[in-house]
Amino acid sequence: MTTFQLNNRPVEIKSSESSPLLWVIRDELGLTGTKFGCGIGMCGACTVHVDGRATRSCITPVGAVAGASVTTIEGLHPEGRHPLQLAWLELQVPQCGYCQPGMIMQAATLLKDFPDPSDDNINAVMGGSLCRCMTYVRIRNAIKLAGSRIREGSHA
Amino acid sequence: MSPRSKILLVAIVPLGLLGFAILSWRPSIAPVEPPAPGSFSNVSIRRGEVLAAEAHCISCHTARDGKPFAGGYGVNTPFGVIFGTNITPDPKTGIGNWSREAFLRALREGVSRNGSHLFAAFPYGAYTKLSDGDVEDLYAYMMTRPPVVAQTPANTIPFPLNIRPLQAGWKLLFFRSGRYRPDAGKAAEWNRGAYLAEAVADCEGCHTPRNSLGGESDKLAYAGAPIDGWIAPALTASNPSPIPWIEGELFDYLRTGRARWHGATSATMTPIIRDGLALPVVPDSEVRAIAVYFSGVNGAGSNSQSVHETEQRVLAGSGLGHETGPNNVAGMYTAACLSCHYNSGSVSSARPELALSSSLTMTEPTNFLQVLLNGVGSKDGAAGLVMPSYADFSDSEIAELAAYLRRTRTSRPPWKDLEKMVAEIRRSSTALR
Repeated sequence: MTTFQLNNRPVEIKSSESSPLLWVIRDELGLTGTKFGCGIGMCGACTVHVDGRATRSCITPVGAVAGASVTTIEGLHPEGRHPLQLAWLELQVPQCGYCQPGMIMQAATLLKDFPDPSDDNINAVMGGSLCRCMTYVRIRNAIKLAGSRIREGSHA
Repeated sequence: MSPRSKILLVAIVPLGLLGFAILSWRPSIAPVEPPAPGSFSNVSIRRGEVLAAEAHCISCHTARDGKPFAGGYGVNTPFGVIFGTNITPDPKTGIGNWSREAFLRALREGVSRNGSHLFAAFPYGAYTKLSDGDVEDLYAYMMTRPPVVAQTPANTIPFPLNIRPLQAGWKLLFFRSGRYRPDAGKAAEWNRGAYLAEAVADCEGCHTPRNSLGGESDKLAYAGAPIDGWIAPALTASNPSPIPWIEGELFDYLRTGRARWHGATSATMTPIIRDGLALPVVPDSEVRAIAVYFSGVNGAGSNSQSVHETEQRVLAGSGLGHETGPNNVAGMYTAACLSCHYNSGSVSSARPELALSSSLTMTEPTNFLQVLLNGVGSKDGAAGLVMPSYADFSDSEIAELAAYLRRTRTSRPPWKDLEKMVAEIRRSSTALR
């Protein structure tokens, strides 16, 4: 039995320790915001935070996060109003939307480390998150908008 | 050979064997009633608890998911698997009927209560250096643990190596009995650290290479050695980490399992920190003493002056903004590694900077490949540090990624036979599961 914190509440997992965290989150815990993309940690759609770090949940066995704190897109902000989520809405970033939860989770760690990210910073940190609708330009703008809102301290 | 020398030989060989048998024979020490827990002072038990943590007794004497100290952990040696025994005070399957004398002889001479020689997987070569008082405290602690009935599994050492009296010959060659002798020319803290490293924690047990008979070589003390599919790195000046293991880094690593400029612990070192040096019962001063000792062994001392220069130089050339382009390996690096292993301004201990990682600068790629293939779980290394496993990559992809990072992040010579090593490590880690 694996236990860990999911979005700030303790969970007990029945799946075997080797089950990928992604499937435990989606199937056993019923949070379907986190998406399955490539299954080999190369596209970023399944990105969650483990103790605040962007982590590919499709290749992380659930046993590996025992005792750790996991945050999914559902837990990023209690009302879904994280500055990134607001900027995403404002700039109408998504097209099909499938990759966007992973994008936002990766962008959230980016902004923690680079409050005012350059294009190079964004290219480097977001480079492993793929979008087949090619919304990259709007993603970049939304990250910069959210960054500026956080820096100003006004999250609305 | 003349008939005369033949006769001599015929006479000498049995005499020699007889002499060896007499020399190697140790008497059984009479069993005693398990001493009442109340017969030990609380102060002594508490001191014993600290020593047992520093000596990480629990890691070899506890099976996976087993009761503490009840034995059953398999120590892999080149000769076979030797199982840590039950050292709870159960009289039948543990050491409940061991007197103080029997306990002391086991630690100092490697001889069991019944007189049989212990295998050197039990590091009596270190414990022989323990002070009388410390042995007494360890006895007090062990004898006041809850007794557990648990038969230790049989070792898999093949005949004839499993003949216990032969261990006496090994002792003649490689074992010197005697207490720790402080170095009068060194400070008390250094001596405390040396005592903890050499008599209590037996750091040499893993970090000093062994000869084909399993003996440690004094000349190669702390030169690094293979252990359980990993490499226990050199603790001397030959350690190739870009930022030297200065006292502060050693302290952080031993206390918390991670060091900002080196990386996090894994594999066999994990329980030594997690179930030992990181425990609150062990005072900071003890860990500090070990750090002081080893920063002397490697010559790095406590001076952190050059650290920030190296850090900034490495950060400037590492990662951000340099990895885009049509190169497949660079793309693989961006997708697989960089989304976590990026650093801004200064290095965070939560995501080791790859250009500073000890595993990437070591002579052997072993530890780097182990981490890539098996990932790091929250309980494998430092608390809360998790890395996925990239085992779904093919052998050649992992080999390419390792070669790429070695080439772009270090100035060390390329690793050889990477693909073959990936396959080997994959095989052996599947076998261990």
